Amino acid sequence: MSAITKVDRREFLKLGAVAGGGLILGVYLPEARPTTHAAGPFQPNAFIRIDSDGAVTIWVGRVEMGQGVRTALPMIVAEELDADWASVRVVQADAHPTKYGRQGTYGSTSVRGGAWLPLRTAGASAREMLLAAAAARWDVGVSDCRTESGRVVHDGSGRELSYAELADEAAEQPVPEDPHLKDPSEFRLIGTRPSLVDTPLHVSGRSTFGIDVRVPDMLHATVVHCPAFGGSVERFDAAAARGVSGVLDVVEISGGVAVVAQSTWAAFQGAEALDITWSRSGFSMSSAEIAADLERLTESEGAIARDDGDAQTALAQATRRIEATYEAPYLAHATMEPMNCTADVRPDRCEVWAPTQNPQGTQAATARITGLPVESVTVHVTYLGCGWGRRSSTDFVQDAVETSMKVGKPVQVVWTREEDMQHDFYRPTACHRLEGAVDTRGRASALRLRIACTPISVRGGGGSGVDRNSVNGAADMAYDIPNLFVDYCRPDIAVPTGYWRSVGASQNTFIVESFIDELAHLAGRDPVEFRLEMLGHRPRLRHVLELAAEESGWGTPVTAGRARGAALVENKGGLVAQVAEVSLEDSRVRVHRVTCGADCGQIIHPGIAEAQMTGSIVCGLTAALYGEITIAAGRVRQGNFDDYR
Amino acid sequence: TLRVNGTTRRVDVEPDTPLLWVLRDHLGLTGTKYGCGIAECGACTVHLDGEAELSCQLSVARAAGREITTIEGLSEDLSHPVQQAWIAEDVPQCGYCQSGQIMTAAALLSQNPAPGDDEIDRAMSAVLCRCGTYQRIRQAVHRAAREAAR
Repeated sequence: MSAITKVDRREFLKLGAVAGGGLILGVYLPEARPTTHAAGPFQPNAFIRIDSDGAVTIWVGRVEMGQGVRTALPMIVAEELDADWASVRVVQADAHPTKYGRQGTYGSTSVRGGAWLPLRTAGASAREMLLAAAAARWDVGVSDCRTESGRVVHDGSGRELSYAELADEAAEQPVPEDPHLKDPSEFRLIGTRPSLVDTPLHVSGRSTFGIDVRVPDMLHATVVHCPAFGGSVERFDAAAARGVSGVLDVVEISGGVAVVAQSTWAAFQGAEALDITWSRSGFSMSSAEIAADLERLTESEGAIARDDGDAQTALAQATRRIEATYEAPYLAHATMEPMNCTADVRPDRCEVWAPTQNPQGTQAATARITGLPVESVTVHVTYLGCGWGRRSSTDFVQDAVETSMKVGKPVQVVWTREEDMQHDFYRPTACHRLEGAVDTRGRASALRLRIACTPISVRGGGGSGVDRNSVNGAADMAYDIPNLFVDYCRPDIAVPTGYWRSVGASQNTFIVESFIDELAHLAGRDPVEFRLEMLGHRPRLRHVLELAAEESGWGTPVTAGRARGAALVENKGGLVAQVAEVSLEDSRVRVHRVTCGADCGQIIHPGIAEAQMTGSIVCGLTAALYGEITIAAGRVRQGNFDDYR
Repeated sequence: TLRVNGTTRRVDVEPDTPLLWVLRDHLGLTGTKYGCGIAECGACTVHLDGEAELSCQLSVARAAGREITTIEGLSEDLSHPVQQAWIAEDVPQCGYCQSGQIMTAAALLSQNPAPGDDEIDRAMSAVLCRCGTYQRIRQAVHRAAREAAR
């Protein structure tokens, strides 16, 4: 796959015959599809291979963490290729700076962020080359031939040839200039529910997550990081740790102290026996102090994120108005698979096996740490036991690479659950101060929202003005409110923060939607009608809300003791409305039923879309009802699933 | 000496080593997962003489002489009704907790061939899934019960 030398017309490249015969196509996957390409070296980054044994192999550059890309992206190619889905093989691509386009898998970008058209075009190009090859063999017109499930058929004569039989000859055909893409009404695979390609591996225990990687001569290790944020190792006594059966070595790395052993258990035991003195980090805040800090910030003006009409005057003149303060806590990702990485650093090369959302970042970080050129660093991407943004960071990769460098052997670093919980990049904490008013006709007339929210530190910190992530889902709210003002105050707190599933929208949607409900209550209005009235200009959003309301029985009597509530969100191309039916039992919220209406555009695999929605409902409820990371003396108090969920 | 998935395996480890790590690091059976180490998440569930047990809480010494079954030994060819139901319902998302889910479901069905929703929820709530696959887990347990009864 490295012998790519020639650019064939626009953005396609034919690699000709492969070992054993067949056709390979590479296709450039730009993030935003340009109409023309600048001159320069062509870097194909999605691959299709049709072998003469009939197998269609599709390389997937994005990573799989349960969202279904290893099924959905190949489905897009196979649809336009008219491949027999049963013959499709999926290969997880290693990291490469350019070959597979952007491999970073976050922000709901795999299908939406560029793959859709290029993958279709790739499949369609290969299909037309196969068609042309068959027409040439039969000496008939291409337009008299058609494709169907891995075959080219000539209806006039009843002849047909499989893609396998045509692969070699197809490779000799020119790459089409402008291949025909199907009209969505012609889709036969997209929109159906083939079994997910990974399910058989997961249910047999044979899927390899990062923690399951086994390399010859591999040692097991764990790392103890400074409990308080910002601190570092002052000194440590490893005698007791070295005395633990199975412990081989104790080494200091930049992240803390690594215990290297013959098994993970021995490494964990050794870590417990370590006696480490940490330098004082200077950060010693508690959750109460952080909350007070944020609340104090909301007392003065921030950077303006949205300013429609004149909220100040409208609020001053309003007769019916309310105020509220909302707080959102830090949240951990707490992925089921704790942070881990396996690295084998040699003098001239390095191999890394990582459950990472960021293959290219992992490769770059490894090159930087080892001093090796990027091309000498191989990064294999494993399955991820959840991601949600946590695995876009490379801190755990650094632990493994540095430890392998220190001991000169392949090492797998596995964090304990406690280390994972206490050394996350947390969902930011926020304090929102809201004021709203309704007019005499019961419509929302003004809304002022001041957001104090810790910016995402994994980006490097610093900055000024509005933090985009902190106001996402608030400043861009869809409601048509004539006087709407949002400003942002920037706290500076040393707790590491990062991307957490849906990012700013996670807390902002909860807060904005809750406050909209308070406004509806103030106006004495039905909260669904109240919202619909502010969405006159947004038919798709209206539709999902009407759908959820209708399916939930909104407006019909509810079982005694229960109540319904509705909420709406638009985020990353997804439009979602939900109605929850809940009751209070001994002041505990009990959720009986959630009805979800969703519009996310063209759905590749409805089963995946449904799973994402049901899963995200569970995730959202968990965050709303339980999730809270608290800080005391500069460190996280929670450690495991007994005190965090 | 351990009996794992129908074969006898010999390991040289400290007797208080949790079975989980012996399976994963000494016997190469990585289908059984580490999630918490404190009996909170259920990802490490295996069968001990047919009953669901948390392998992170079970010393290898106590497992000796018992019949241990891991996800790799549930069936050779995915033919176990629970595995079949899991495939039919496409239960897994990230997949990490699923061996724990499947082993727990298989143990439940061996004791209660036709569990109701409440019984399923009670048994399966021992296994945490942060992706939130619970809805399909429940459907798949029902399906496995139906299929096994045929």
